[in-house]
Amino acid sequence: MQNYSDNYNLIIKIASELDIVHARSQVKQFMQSIGFSLADMTKIATAVSELARNIYRYAGQGVIKVREVSVDGEPGIEIIAEDEGPGIEDVEKALEDGFSTIRSLGLGLPGVKRLVDRFHIESSAGKGTKVTIFKKNQRKRRRSVSSFQRYP
Amino acid sequence: MSSVERALVPFIKLYNTLLVPIQIELDDTSVELLQEQLLERIRDRDIEAVIIDVSAIELIDSFIARALVDTAEMAHLMGVKTILIGMRPEIALTLSQMGMKVDIMTAVNLERALELLNIKVVKE
Repeated sequence: MQNYSDNYNLIIKIASELDIVHARSQVKQFMQSIGFSLADMTKIATAVSELARNIYRYAGQGVIKVREVSVDGEPGIEIIAEDEGPGIEDVEKALEDGFSTIRSLGLGLPGVKRLVDRFHIESSAGKGTKVTIFKKNQRKRRRSVSSFQRYP
Repeated sequence: MSSVERALVPFIKLYNTLLVPIQIELDDTSVELLQEQLLERIRDRDIEAVIIDVSAIELIDSFIARALVDTAEMAHLMGVKTILIGMRPEIALTLSQMGMKVDIMTAVNLERALELLNIKVVKE
């Protein structure tokens, strides 16, 4: 299903509140450099902000890894948010709107899920959490089509 | 407000309205400090309405959005109206897609917000 190397374009350590701000601006900058639209950059930077906050609040520390990949022939960006924290006991429930053990996180995971094209979560109590998201780079596809038309 | 604590953003008084242009990148601590400072300004001055300008903000996640809504709710409890102005389209798109209900009065710009408050700025 996926083709990529193990090389990440960005690896951001999350261990403080400042790292949340750092992570979202780093991701935004990287997405800009590979040609994402402003709307998609903002959506994914927001998703990263939510995921980084989850790491910091629930696990204390963790890592956000970013790479440019193609999934099913679609160019895009994949982001993995990983921690070795307490994990989520009921993943299904965590994806329901309004579920939260911290005031701010009622929309955390369900909100992230709505902002991306693919969403995957692995978690179990005591074993940490790994969230993987993917967003298509629609501009990239469009741009290659238009340049093809311009230079037949 | 204690004298050692610097205001995070400008608080501009216009008649009984407080204009609050947010020109810093908000993180969890600063958004809560901003909330506190704003409520203290409302108490210390004769304020009837607050206009929060978010046009310089490049990202509003669920925590920041929730804090803005909470601030408006707290101001409301103190008898003060809050109007949010200048939200960027990509942020409106993101918050709406996330399913975030931002239950707060809004206006497209400062002129419209002042009109909502029945404040007329007349050019002589």
